[in-house]
Amino acid sequence: MEDMLFYDRMQFAFTITFHYLFPQLTMGLSLMIVYFKWKLLRTEIVKYNDAAKFWMKIFALNFAMGVVTGIPMEFQFGTNWAKFSELTGGIIGQTLAMEGMFSFFLESSFLGLFLFGEKLLGHKLHFLTGFLVFLGSWASGYLIIATHSWMQHPVGYEIIENGKFVLNNFGALFSNPWLLPSYLHNQAASLVTSSFVVAAIGAFYLLNNKHNEFGKIFVKTGVVFGLISSLLVAFPTGDLVAKNVVKYQPATFAAMEGIFETEKGGSEIVLIGQPNMLEKKLDNKIAVPNILSFLTYQDWNAEIKGLNEFDKSVHPTNVPGLYYSYHIMVGLGTIFIGLMLLAAVQLFRKKLYKTKWILWAIMFMLPFPYIANTTGWYTAELGRQPWLVFDLLRTTEGASPTVSSGNTLFTLLGFIGLYLLLGMLFLMLAGKIINKGPEPETH
Amino acid sequence: MELFWYIVLMTMLAVYVILDGYDFGAGIIHLFFAKKEKDKKAITNAIGPFWDANEVWLIASGGVLFFAFPTLYASSFSGFYLPLMMILWLLIFRAIGLELRGQIHNKMWEAIWDKAFGISSLLLALFFGVALGNVVRGVNLGNVVNGVSTQEAHYFFLPLWNPTFSPQAEQLGIIDWFTLLLGIIGVVTLTIHGANWIIFKTNSDINEKLKKVVFNLNFVLLGLVIISLFIWHIIDPEPFRNFIEKPWLIIFPIICFTGLFGLFKVKSFKKHGLGFLFSSLFLFGGLTSTVASIFPKVLPSTNNINPDLTLYNVAADEYGLSVGVYWFVIAAVLVTVYMVIQYKVFKGKMDDVGYGEH
Ligand code: HDD
Ligand code: HEM
Ligand code: HEM
Repeated sequence: MEDMLFYDRMQFAFTITFHYLFPQLTMGLSLMIVYFKWKLLRTEIVKYNDAAKFWMKIFALNFAMGVVTGIPMEFQFGTNWAKFSELTGGIIGQTLAMEGMFSFFLESSFLGLFLFGEKLLGHKLHFLTGFLVFLGSWASGYLIIATHSWMQHPVGYEIIENGKFVLNNFGALFSNPWLLPSYLHNQAASLVTSSFVVAAIGAFYLLNNKHNEFGKIFVKTGVVFGLISSLLVAFPTGDLVAKNVVKYQPATFAAMEGIFETEKGGSEIVLIGQPNMLEKKLDNKIAVPNILSFLTYQDWNAEIKGLNEFDKSVHPTNVPGLYYSYHIMVGLGTIFIGLMLLAAVQLFRKKLYKTKWILWAIMFMLPFPYIANTTGWYTAELGRQPWLVFDLLRTTEGASPTVSSGNTLFTLLGFIGLYLLLGMLFLMLAGKIINKGPEPETH
Repeated sequence: MELFWYIVLMTMLAVYVILDGYDFGAGIIHLFFAKKEKDKKAITNAIGPFWDANEVWLIASGGVLFFAFPTLYASSFSGFYLPLMMILWLLIFRAIGLELRGQIHNKMWEAIWDKAFGISSLLLALFFGVALGNVVRGVNLGNVVNGVSTQEAHYFFLPLWNPTFSPQAEQLGIIDWFTLLLGIIGVVTLTIHGANWIIFKTNSDINEKLKKVVFNLNFVLLGLVIISLFIWHIIDPEPFRNFIEKPWLIIFPIICFTGLFGLFKVKSFKKHGLGFLFSSLFLFGGLTSTVASIFPKVLPSTNNINPDLTLYNVAADEYGLSVGVYWFVIAAVLVTVYMVIQYKVFKGKMDDVGYGEH
């Protein structure tokens, strides 16, 4: 049984991690394309349309990857987590079905119009189709996070005799206190990804001295969006999600922060250190006293419960993984803010396009928002373990009873092979589009 | 309430089969009949702006199944684990075949993705027919061995095939000669359907040839349908019981045969959409007749120890199903609006849409 579950988990983790690499760009980039289109309508400068068109090519490719890797996600609840689906389907099926009906139809119907309809529609309507694609993708994010929030903090349910979860309050799914902070944080984070990507490609053009005109637009837009979104990710949204974790999953919070012992008179914030699970402490710790108490409760001396105070049965299953994921996310978030502040200052002084080292830094920063987003999700998911539905249903109770581990390993290997191919194709084709660059329309 | 959601789900699945069905059909036509670059272009243009939205009908049906009939979703998705995973992989190949082909202009690159698109469409058509066959044939619920359930009563697992390939063996497989027959019907039907769509939406040179293909395949289809009706009683001793007890259900087979016989006139149609209309009728009628014949069962049990899954014993609870109606009605109206807009903008012949050109 344990062993059977292992491949189910590996497969889910692998396929969802891969899937989410694409939607995070889709959601952020759709907003930025809408922005370029809006600039075009406002200023009638054709360059903005060319910029929008260039990003639409990347968007189309990225979207296709998001779609093909998203469909397995929808199926896997039933194929690999049948027991979980049977018990909770009446609730999480609700939000997932809504996602299909409200957002995927919206996105996919108007994506066709958006990508192929520019000539037929004219600029105003074309802007509108772009806006609807954006709306669809953000709605999709909302409903997915609503689903996920229910797993982290179940509300509006009742458990009936055969262990089934039954919905008794539809509204509660959407007024779940976990939902809004999580959604805003996630959307800000996806904007971080898209702004860093846009800025990085711009920096690449400027450093190569080609498509300079576009390079400048991309760097400028990317830095402005990047600064705003990096700040939003940390405050207020990151702060709010963290407060939810302390409130509803205190043991998870202690593990994330690496706090093993409760400290009288306020907890320190850990910057560096390795969890030592044998002695239940941090090795090589560098920490600043009292900061964590302040950040969490706005009180320098507030007490935060250490992990050792909780019963072992509710400890997150993978404490070091959780701790590192969280610290990588927060560490990267701090670096993002720092870099974007510097870049923004140079932009303001009109020196950014000549400050080579910042451009290099921006260019090399490209993969890191992806890492931050992924580790953020690992924080959330590892933090939820050993629960599938927090405090109510254990992960061991959720897997499909009849699917044997040999079959799951087979499909896991299949997905790994297929996704490696997809990943390579994506990089190759995106590289080709980027290398060719935007094509100014000749009027 | 269960009945409402059952009708919703079946309608959505039928819409899915009609819409994505023409994409699969177009893929098969592309594989076997499109030789010139111009014809290939015409075919991909005719489905390019639509296929993604069409596929969403599958995802949304999956969502509705999950939400309204969680036990059926759990039982069938885990039981049909392997074929579903293969369907997923094929859908991936179909999609990237279509989307990536135009990205690089190179004969070999294009040839590879053409084949990926065509072959995965063909196999998908086959698999969906096989899937329907599995549902009407039923499965060994509870994995009964020698008269004893080895699983909970509503769970099962099927391997891809068993050594005898027989739909009557104690240990069943996904593929046996009965389900395979339905799979072949699926391929023939969707080939006809796809050809009709291409005739409808393009001015391609192969249109005349496709009309002949439709006409000839229609004879094959008629033959296969008769054979399958004939052997139906092997699977189900009283295959027409439902139609005799509830005579109004006959409407579905009537729709089905109207479509089938209408298609024999394909050569003389002046309006190009007519052929597509008739093959849609056939698909709709065929699918609904099949599920009506086992109604209210949704997954019959082949052993007499565990009961059939019916739409009543797999549904979610009352409250959830009732609130769902509110959002569903709103969403359904919106989806209809999107579809009208989409098909209005891309109305008429689509040879020059420029799909996939970068
Ligand atoms: C660019 C990516 C990125 C960056 C820089 C940050 N985050 Fe984050 N974080 C995410 C991307 C992300 C995410 C991937 O989007 C998550 C996963 C679940 C969610 O809703 O957002 C997340 C989850 C997440 C969680 C877990 C919530 C849970 O258990 O469900 C906490 C506590 C924080 N974040 C807090 C922060 C703080 C205090 C940051 C300070 C800089 C921060 N994050 C930066
Ligand atoms: C896109 C970002 C996401 C990532 C990177 C992610 C990552 C992961 C990982 C790593 C696991 C395995 C945890 C473990 O077994 O230790 C997991 C499990 C799981 N996640 Fe997520 N997840 C994401 C979003 C979601 C969402 C939105 C949902 C719900 C709608 C969800 C539902 C699940 C379920 C059902 C499991 C399987 C059971 C389990 O092992 O807990 N995930 N995810
Ligand atoms: C376990 C969780 C998840 C499931 C079941 C899931 C399911 C899907 C499916 C089926 C699609 C294809 C839609 C189409 O055909 O247009 C898709 C795409 C998408 N998903 Fe996910 N997804 C999951 C996680 C996430 C997360 C965490 C997010 C972000 C918050 C997300 C956001 C999106 C978006 C924006 C798209 C649009 C297409 C694209 O990616 O380019 N998904 N998802």
